[in-house]
Amino acid sequence: MKKGKTVAEKILSRKSGSDAYAGDIVEAEIDYVMVNDVTGPIAFKEFDALGCEPIREGIVLIPDHFVPNKDIASAQQALEMKQFARRHGIDNYFEVGRSGVCHQMMVDEGFAAPGRLIVGADSHTCTYGGLGAFSTGIGSTEAAACFALRRLWFRVPETIKVELTGAFKGYACGKDLILKIVSDIGVDGATYMALEFGGPGMANVPVHDRLTIANMVIEAGGKAGIFPADELTEAFVHGRARGEYQAVHPDPDASYTRVLEYDLGDIGPMVALPHLPENGRLVDEVDVTIDQAFLGSCTNGRIEDLRIAADIIRGRQVHPDVRMIVVPASPEVFLKATEEGLVADFVRAGAFVSGPTCAACLGGHMGVLADGERCVSSTNRNFIGRMGHKGSEVYLASPAVVAASALAGRIVTPDTAKEVGA
Amino acid sequence: MSEIIGRVWVFGDHVDTDQIIPAERLVSEYLDHSGDYVFEKVRPGVAMDMAEGDIIVAGKNFGCGSSREHAPRSLMQAGVRCVIAQSFARIFFRNSINIGLPLVQCSMDVEEGDTVTVDLDQGTIESGGRTWEFPRYPEEIQAIIDKGGLMVKVREELGCSE
Ligand code: SF4
Repeated sequence: MKKGKTVAEKILSRKSGSDAYAGDIVEAEIDYVMVNDVTGPIAFKEFDALGCEPIREGIVLIPDHFVPNKDIASAQQALEMKQFARRHGIDNYFEVGRSGVCHQMMVDEGFAAPGRLIVGADSHTCTYGGLGAFSTGIGSTEAAACFALRRLWFRVPETIKVELTGAFKGYACGKDLILKIVSDIGVDGATYMALEFGGPGMANVPVHDRLTIANMVIEAGGKAGIFPADELTEAFVHGRARGEYQAVHPDPDASYTRVLEYDLGDIGPMVALPHLPENGRLVDEVDVTIDQAFLGSCTNGRIEDLRIAADIIRGRQVHPDVRMIVVPASPEVFLKATEEGLVADFVRAGAFVSGPTCAACLGGHMGVLADGERCVSSTNRNFIGRMGHKGSEVYLASPAVVAASALAGRIVTPDTAKEVGA
Repeated sequence: MSEIIGRVWVFGDHVDTDQIIPAERLVSEYLDHSGDYVFEKVRPGVAMDMAEGDIIVAGKNFGCGSSREHAPRSLMQAGVRCVIAQSFARIFFRNSINIGLPLVQCSMDVEEGDTVTVDLDQGTIESGGRTWEFPRYPEEIQAIIDKGGLMVKVREELGCSE
């Protein structure tokens, strides 16, 4: 009798035209391959050495890490991407002003959609699993191979099932859940594996939270984090996705290596202490003063993130000892935030707001930390030196906690910020 | 060639890609000589002592962190011909196989400077009279390594000449 399949097994089977199960190695057709300004140049060099034509429709080029060009070296590098796009007639190149954090662009521009197989030369490519796609990070040489062939080898991953019940309470959100999961299973707890979400609680997790959760499965070593598409997904991608797509659901008798269960009602506001994302604690258990509060990135730079932060900050003032930096993840987010008056809310509160880019997330520019400085951040990694000097510290938290902490000058929940009148 | 003989450098657990090659070296101008900067923040000077044919022996989760292919490329430029570790992070594993750097999953105890012999066909490692065994790659992955990397395979499939 045939065994049932997980979403990962189904998508990789369909895309490889084979009957694949966990552990098999398949060659699969990919829908899109994306590179950014840091990983692109090696791919361009490798590809050009082949001397062939690329399969243009499948290629997406997004400068985001070191743009707007932060120095001469990054300017040269960004130019290589533009020239590659022009040389090969690739339409899906997004110039500064029409570009933002690569993963948010993939979502906004409708490349990410249910059932698709998408690869990207960036480890957070797993984000699109929030829409029911199988998407994963690859290297630059593989991206070059995809430019030429539009297919790639994959080992079909084993899957961990995450069963959700209940609903988030108060300010708890997707970021708190994924920080809890990474802390529970550890930074290599899902290496080579997919996480597949399900259960009655999934309907209570909005799409923007699903993207945040899928984004950070790599922080547990995961290959993909998948929310099988439902009505919420359909409402989100309808009219946005480019071309056809197909929702993929797991079989009831699919086999999982492990099942994790979470009641969303039990999740509280979390913060991951330096220098690993698995160092999660409840915000109420820590007492840490901060120098910077960063709101942005592919993890939490969406309009919903900016709205919740603006609601907390509106009419108040950022703490005198704190720099607050707000970076919308894409032009679409930036425009909405402007139209809804959120940008004005942040500026009036004394925060710095910029156009979309990766910014301080990887210590590139716009918010690099000095020796000894501490930052509470809505991003995904708190490795040593991730945001600047190797003596600086990054604390990972939700947009609500970042906003509340910016007011209080130390890491607190919005409820505590209110109590202390910050 | 299935046999690799080399001198060992020993590392611990969770060696991330930032340690292997830091973000400042990710711009194109360093691409051809990034081997000079491997481990510059955690073991300054080690890059200059590494020589052609060396082997790294490490703990678990080697190569975790970003997708930067600059990491295995820099190791190869520094002369490293094989990495032996208890386990590898996924993208580092793929990157290495695809550019032709053999990785061996094995838990072994050797001293820095020892000489080890890795037999990729037999799945064995030998050092100072002791031997270890490791699981061999699936056929599909071995084929990429044998050809000398993914791009060689792509070239063949496309029918391009070298
Ligand atoms: S926002 Fe941060 S994590 Fe996301 S792609 Fe940019 S640098 Fe990477």
